[in-house]
Amino acid sequence: MARRGLPEINAGSMADIAFLLLIFFLVTTTMDVDTGISRKLPEKQPEDRPDPPKLKEKNVFIVTVNRNNDILVEGETFMTIDKIREEAKKFIDNGGGIGNPMKDAQGNSLEAAECDWCEGEKNPASSDHPNKAIISLESDRGTSYGTYIAVQNELVGAYTDLRNRLSKKLYGVTYTQLLKDAKNSPSQSLKDKIKNIKTKYPQIISEAEPKK
Amino acid sequence: MSKFRKKKKGTPAISTASLPDIVFMLLFFFMVTTVMRETELKIKKPQLPFATEVKKLERKSLVSYIYVGKVEGQGGDKIQLNDRIADVKDVKYFIFAERETHSEDEIPLLTTSIKADIKSNVGTITDIKEELRNINALKINYSTLKGDVMKNIK
Repeated sequence: MARRGLPEINAGSMADIAFLLLIFFLVTTTMDVDTGISRKLPEKQPEDRPDPPKLKEKNVFIVTVNRNNDILVEGETFMTIDKIREEAKKFIDNGGGIGNPMKDAQGNSLEAAECDWCEGEKNPASSDHPNKAIISLESDRGTSYGTYIAVQNELVGAYTDLRNRLSKKLYGVTYTQLLKDAKNSPSQSLKDKIKNIKTKYPQIISEAEPKK
Repeated sequence: MSKFRKKKKGTPAISTASLPDIVFMLLFFFMVTTVMRETELKIKKPQLPFATEVKKLERKSLVSYIYVGKVEGQGGDKIQLNDRIADVKDVKYFIFAERETHSEDEIPLLTTSIKADIKSNVGTITDIKEELRNINALKINYSTLKGDVMKNIK
């Protein structure tokens, strides 16, 4: 006589259960990746701090955005957003004089020197060196956030363009690509390359407090 | 009448036995990728500005979010922390509370992501930034979507 074993559990509805869960997660899932413009705020200075060193006016590139979202460059030229990038690049890349002393790859101090990787006009009335060039973004409390971000984006873009160009010249790949490679397969040589580019075109953007 | 009548041969049914496996695979994928929305938005969903020079935010557990936007029927920009509308002065307590949940050595890595509506005033953002500077929470991120910046100004 055949022995009756335990009847097998019907697994046919397993798919239904899984589907139910699947649909739940499909609906609740949000695939958005958070992207944005990263910034580091300056540290709070103590009240009794010494006066900051005086900057030469030619080394500061002032972008002002007023409450009507008009953009004024260097206090005199009205500009549309799409022009800022070129203008900022011209300013940073000018290289009209001697820069701040830099360090070489081994950490030895170098003499303050001219910017030999700049391709700018070397106009003595514009910035001396990329490491001296400061971009100052002034805004009004009433400026709209959209315009503010657009201007910030263009200024960061100017640096990215210049870094890309330099990196392409030195290493044959763009800076953006270097960053991507460093993330996928980090190595010391990539890190050094990135650091080199970064010190040659340091990103100096100051966000001034808006006028009341 | 014969016991050995030829069975009719139709097309054999496709086996669905592996269907649960496939579905489970998809299920696990979505289970792993899903991020539950932590906070409910009290403000109108902010329309984030567009930018091209964006960086991805890594390590979401180290990010705290500040939302800025409008509230239906009320003027002015409102700031949302966790799940309530708050004042600028509350930002520091919010950050302190965030710091409590992390270990000491992670604190310098904490990033504050500002999700602000495209129409907000820069003044509001500056107030937040000032508060963050006061408590030394210096890493910030202006949350943006990827896209042409010209879409920001209309």
